[in-house]
Amino acid sequence: MAETETTRVVGIDLGTTNSLVAFMQGDQPQVIPGEDGSRLVPSVVAMPAAGKERVIVGNRAGSHLLTNPDRAVYSVKRLMGRGVDDVTEELKLFPFRLAPDVQAGEVLRIEVGRQQYTPPEISAYILRQLKRNAERYFGAPVTQAVITVPAYFNDAQRQATKDAGRMAGLEVLRLVNEPTAAALAYGLDRQKDGIVAVYDLGGGTFDISILKLHEGIFEVISTNGDTHLGGDDLDNLLLAIALDEIESEEKISARQHPELLQALRKAVIDAKIALSSSDSARIEVPLPNGQLYRREITRAQFEQLIEPILQRTAEPCRQALRDAGLTAADIGEVVLVGGSTRIPRVQQLLSELFELPARGKRPHTELNPDEVVALGAAVQANILAGGSAATEEMLLLDVTPLSLGIEALGGVVAKIIQRNSTIPASATEHFTTGLDGQTNVAIHVLQGERELAKDCRSLARFDLKGIPPMTAGLPRIEVKFLIDANGLLHVSAVEARSGKQAEIAVKPTYGLTDEQVESMILESFDNAEADFQERQLIEARNEASTILSAVEKAPQHPAWQQLTGEERATISELVTELEILRDAGDLDSLRRGTEALDQATRHFAELMMDATVSSALHGETMTTADAKIGEGPAAPHPIAPADFR
Amino acid sequence: MQSHAQNSTDPEADQTYFEMFSLPRKLTIDTDALERDFYKLSRKLHPDLFARKSAEEQAWSLRQSSLLNDAYRTLKEPVARTAYLLKLEGIRIEDENSENRDPQAKQNRVPADLLEEVFELNMQLEEMRANLKMGEDDPALRSDLVRAQAQFKGMLASVDEDLRHAWAAWDLALDTNDAAGKTKQKDTMVALLDRRSYLRNLLREVDSVLTPQVAGITKVNI
Repeated sequence: MAETETTRVVGIDLGTTNSLVAFMQGDQPQVIPGEDGSRLVPSVVAMPAAGKERVIVGNRAGSHLLTNPDRAVYSVKRLMGRGVDDVTEELKLFPFRLAPDVQAGEVLRIEVGRQQYTPPEISAYILRQLKRNAERYFGAPVTQAVITVPAYFNDAQRQATKDAGRMAGLEVLRLVNEPTAAALAYGLDRQKDGIVAVYDLGGGTFDISILKLHEGIFEVISTNGDTHLGGDDLDNLLLAIALDEIESEEKISARQHPELLQALRKAVIDAKIALSSSDSARIEVPLPNGQLYRREITRAQFEQLIEPILQRTAEPCRQALRDAGLTAADIGEVVLVGGSTRIPRVQQLLSELFELPARGKRPHTELNPDEVVALGAAVQANILAGGSAATEEMLLLDVTPLSLGIEALGGVVAKIIQRNSTIPASATEHFTTGLDGQTNVAIHVLQGERELAKDCRSLARFDLKGIPPMTAGLPRIEVKFLIDANGLLHVSAVEARSGKQAEIAVKPTYGLTDEQVESMILESFDNAEADFQERQLIEARNEASTILSAVEKAPQHPAWQQLTGEERATISELVTELEILRDAGDLDSLRRGTEALDQATRHFAELMMDATVSSALHGETMTTADAKIGEGPAAPHPIAPADFR
Repeated sequence: MQSHAQNSTDPEADQTYFEMFSLPRKLTIDTDALERDFYKLSRKLHPDLFARKSAEEQAWSLRQSSLLNDAYRTLKEPVARTAYLLKLEGIRIEDENSENRDPQAKQNRVPADLLEEVFELNMQLEEMRANLKMGEDDPALRSDLVRAQAQFKGMLASVDEDLRHAWAAWDLALDTNDAAGKTKQKDTMVALLDRRSYLRNLLREVDSVLTPQVAGITKVNI
């Protein structure tokens, strides 16, 4: 038992729209459901208005979006590792409110009520929820995880994700690229060699990765993408139309009505989903003036509308092929990842790009595109935890998506590690001084493909200090840049003449310092045993209450009369017992009491089912489906609701 | 991004890329065998296999696997392999991106036999850029450039051909322990790499002018 606890590493897909946690059950990866049974946790965080309330994450936070939109934060992944200059466009369409004093080059702070949160903190709340879901499922603490990131995430975005994990009380054993994770999930079942392209169009990001599979080795050859291109952007196109029409017809600016904005967003998302399976969809939203906004959109119109955005995925695909030195005909299989790949036009477009129809092939959709990344993360988690029969031959060799460079004379960038280099990768550069007696050298590190530093992503400025004073040009400072298997950069320096370790002061451009991360670790250390026990008790009490209130209503049901007197007596005895156990504080006996009552009422439950099997089943399905649709943006469902209540 | 102390007394730091793969310093390499060895070594050194080991072992794996990846990346590419070998042999080669460091440097390195062609090409490039800025297209000029492009591509191909001969000659000199032959091939290869890098930069400029609509995207990848 102790052994399995220490090696239980979960895989987490921290998505723009939805997040999931999965683990390896035997030789199959499994998604871990939440308390409400749903496998996807919408990446929505609702902040409490008053101190007493708790932060809410997921489906229940999703309903806050409609009632208290200014307290709920979603799509925060778009802000991870970014600066205020990067997000001006996003801010027009997303209701993020930034703290007014955020400076350029600083980590963003989102204002919710009177509180401020950095994007990693918001993400940490989502991660903490997933951690709790897993702990509830295992009945044991979970402290280690593999978290996925878009392949095209830069160093700052990756670091922000890792920081979020730490804040949530998770040791992040590895950041894995999402398309690569998907390839792992697919590769598990079919150990087949060849070239695979993974096309991943998620809620907010797009990645394309080309991999070579060889006897269990998953070697990424090239990757490309756009970290600001996804389903969100398609929603925004429809939303913009609705906003325009409402503004011009009814003179209502939805921006003044956050509830209306959210209702419209939800309506267009539903319409978008509907259009993947029907030829037309209707958007209907009641307006504050009592009128009803109603609009019909056909699939043809929708496809025309989104075409420019979808076309933005084409060039990264071509680029990835060029970088891999391959042509479309070399691609053996194409794997689809991300909810947006359900859109028929997306499938058609990438089939054309990779010349699939001509070769009698179709893109792979066997695994649920919403879940495949989390499943792959679970596979990688299993590999890191020491592997199992299913994964022992598997090894992932990934690449860095962006070139690493340093700023040289005239503001140009000298590349020191080329993009698509297999990681870990390193480069050693030599620096010297320009002035006699100079003891400091500044190095500006950047990521990106452009030639000028101002067009690349600034990662950090390093100040090499403590160089022994010498004649200009004499010191030889050897700086080693190393990108680790997470795609994160490490820098170390040594003065070659004196052999002295040079001191490095790092100023991350968009990152948090270690001390800041430390101070943001979510107050309640939920990896602490005491807290964990307490939560277990709360959850066990909730379960007991649920079953007790169900049994309380039992005598009203006709099936109750079919039970023997003995059965009824046992049940009522166990009810009394469980009520006492619920108020006491012993977890084990409480669980046993709940289990006993559950057993004793099983026969009754069966009778009840027999009596109302068709209607009960039907009713249940409808309620669950409805609940999902009503909560959280883009809750996945193959068939969208016909109307909107 | 993180900074950390580096262990400066690393006995394996001096291992060359060739040694990493137990290969002689030859320029003709069986890349299929190289790939097989790369996979085999990855299965021993990759950080995934050290996730549950001590911090020291993890640091060792990180250094070793980055060395392995750097070695594989360099050796599988014939041109990078050549530049690396020359560096090992004590010759400093400007790498492919070095023109970034000093934009003037490449102008000074015009191979003597190309002076005339390059001068004319630069005039045409200037004119074409001016046209593009005005949103005009001069078909005659464009076809001149396309012709020049083909001409320079041909030169590049012949440089690559010469390089292949130099590799074989180097390997032979190595086998026969022919010091003079080695020196001669080194000089030849330095000159060829210089010429190659010059031609590639020139072609890059021509490409960016001929296909300006994707220049922003393609230009960054070469």
